[in-house]
Amino acid sequence: MTAAFIKRAAVGAAGAVSFAGAAAAQTLDEQINAGFASATGWFVNLIFAPFPGTSFPWIVAWLVTAATIFTIYFGFIQFRVIKHSIQLVKGDYSDPNDAGEVSHFQALATALSGTVGLGNIAGVAVAVGIGGPGATFWMILAGLLGMASKFTECTLGVKYRNEYPDGTVSGGPMYYMTKGFAERGMPGGKVLAVLFAIFCILGSFGGGNMFQANQAHQQLAGILGDYPGWITGVIFAAIVFAVIVGGIKSIAQVTEKIVPFMGILYVGSALLIILMNIGNIGWAFGQIFAGAFTSSGIAGGAVGALIQGFKRAAFSNEAGVGSAAIAHSAVRTKEPITEGFVSLLEPFIDTVVICTMTALVIIFTQQLVVDAETGMYLLNDNGTIQTVTGASGVGLTSAAFASAFSWFPYVLGLAVILFAFSTMISWSYYGLKAWTYLFGEGKGKELTFKLIFCLFVIIGAAASLGPVIDFSDAAIFAMAVVNIIGLYVLMPIVKQEVNSYLARLKSGEIRKFK
Amino acid sequence: MVDTFIAAYDGSEAAGRAVDFAVKRAKAGKARLLVVHVLEWSPYSFLTQEELAERHKRRNQELDRAAKAVLDPLKAKLKDSGIEIETAIKYGHVAETLCDMAKAEGAAQIFIGRTGSSSLMDRIFGSVAGSLAQIAPVPCTIVP
Repeated sequence: MTAAFIKRAAVGAAGAVSFAGAAAAQTLDEQINAGFASATGWFVNLIFAPFPGTSFPWIVAWLVTAATIFTIYFGFIQFRVIKHSIQLVKGDYSDPNDAGEVSHFQALATALSGTVGLGNIAGVAVAVGIGGPGATFWMILAGLLGMASKFTECTLGVKYRNEYPDGTVSGGPMYYMTKGFAERGMPGGKVLAVLFAIFCILGSFGGGNMFQANQAHQQLAGILGDYPGWITGVIFAAIVFAVIVGGIKSIAQVTEKIVPFMGILYVGSALLIILMNIGNIGWAFGQIFAGAFTSSGIAGGAVGALIQGFKRAAFSNEAGVGSAAIAHSAVRTKEPITEGFVSLLEPFIDTVVICTMTALVIIFTQQLVVDAETGMYLLNDNGTIQTVTGASGVGLTSAAFASAFSWFPYVLGLAVILFAFSTMISWSYYGLKAWTYLFGEGKGKELTFKLIFCLFVIIGAAASLGPVIDFSDAAIFAMAVVNIIGLYVLMPIVKQEVNSYLARLKSGEIRKFK
Repeated sequence: MVDTFIAAYDGSEAAGRAVDFAVKRAKAGKARLLVVHVLEWSPYSFLTQEELAERHKRRNQELDRAAKAVLDPLKAKLKDSGIEIETAIKYGHVAETLCDMAKAEGAAQIFIGRTGSSSLMDRIFGSVAGSLAQIAPVPCTIVP
């Protein structure tokens, strides 16, 4: 037991998997990697510190507790209003005279293209690879609870956004913390806003950038053969530079248009593979439920599955992190709460649908090696579950899909690169908003941020997965620490909005236009 | 009760012919003429984060440009036509928006020009005039 605990602490606290065969000897890559790991280690350790005497990271408890509190405080809002949410997205309640403004659908689609990314493909494989099938159960639960967090932050994001005289908008936690706290007569809003902005900038360099570049490189190296990461980095950085500095919108527009179709293709293929292996359905769900509550041989037992599931869900759908509040704030609506209703679909689509598809494909195609004698999963030297092909991360997902369609890794490769790219573009915007909040608007200041952002693309592609994923998680979760404090303080305001809106909806004061 | 005629106008030559024809019919029938300029727009299109933030500003610019470059010259030209002319700028799917306008205004007729293009693309995807003819709730005159 103790041995398992130590093993779990060593692997789990960092939540990392070293990518098999990735860190081939390249001196430049190795230098970048070592320098990066030593510079960020303390920050990672702080964020992922476990509760004393356990291996349970406090940050995971922090996120799930918040999601649970919001779920209860708003009376399971995510299940009550989902039909209304869909009507809002369809535009049933949109005033035709507002045509030409940002619609609910557009705000949701853009926010989704920022969150649907490698978390859904690679992150889930990491979770299932360490936590076993049981992680899927906890991931879905975290996704469902996260809908309430997302609802809270996006409502506030719209309500307290800044609208400038020229008609552009800026919103997000920085603004609702400053303005909302002042409105409630609470001190500290400004301090939290500044802290959030700092973490948001780090997050935009980490999960929104380096992790994406890193996994895109792994995917490319898997298809083209191994080559130094910095080459991918430089190419990606050049394209990102062309878009965010050069203002070549067409590249971003093309990506934005392809990403939704890639998402549909991905889910469609996953469903097809599940159907092809439908005979495994009883066994697969048995594994998911059994693994969620009992030890299936993985490091840390059921708790290990829970930690992995919760962590990956939070990293993938970003509920409670605050980034979505920036993304959703541009919608044109008289009722901020409507954007909250729409935004709660995001964790559902991202985690409950897309992430679950990845997990199911890995489980259904039996990528995880089971010890025939004990019925437990076999562990390899890293403490992760032995896979059929030995792959982990995006490689595991790729292998699972390839077991059904041998050509799928090429499609997946394209999907990974596009998802990575669209996530980078979205996060460059979130980071920029935080940057301008701290330093003020201005061409020179914005350019500085954008150049640093491009530099991190190169670092991310060159470093190996372990340190990158640690730092990415840590930076994004640090945003959640600050953001959720703000949400606790401001949730009564959201409650007023909900009650008022739902009453008017019931009385017929808010009517459909279609 | 005065009849309302709707004419679709986008600044093109074909649309100009449609408006000229509509003016003649309106004069003969003592009708009021509503000239509508529709800016193609779908609430389901995909925009980048930056485009979202700037959308309201861009919309105002687009409306301003449409009024100045498309409708103002037409109004000046029709000043002495002797009939009552109103203009409107709308966002949306062109044919559907014209139909919605016709219903909302209780219009008697819609006038629209056509380019007469028979390219492969038009044959596959149809033209605005073609789809309007199919879905219009009121008689629809397509002016060649």
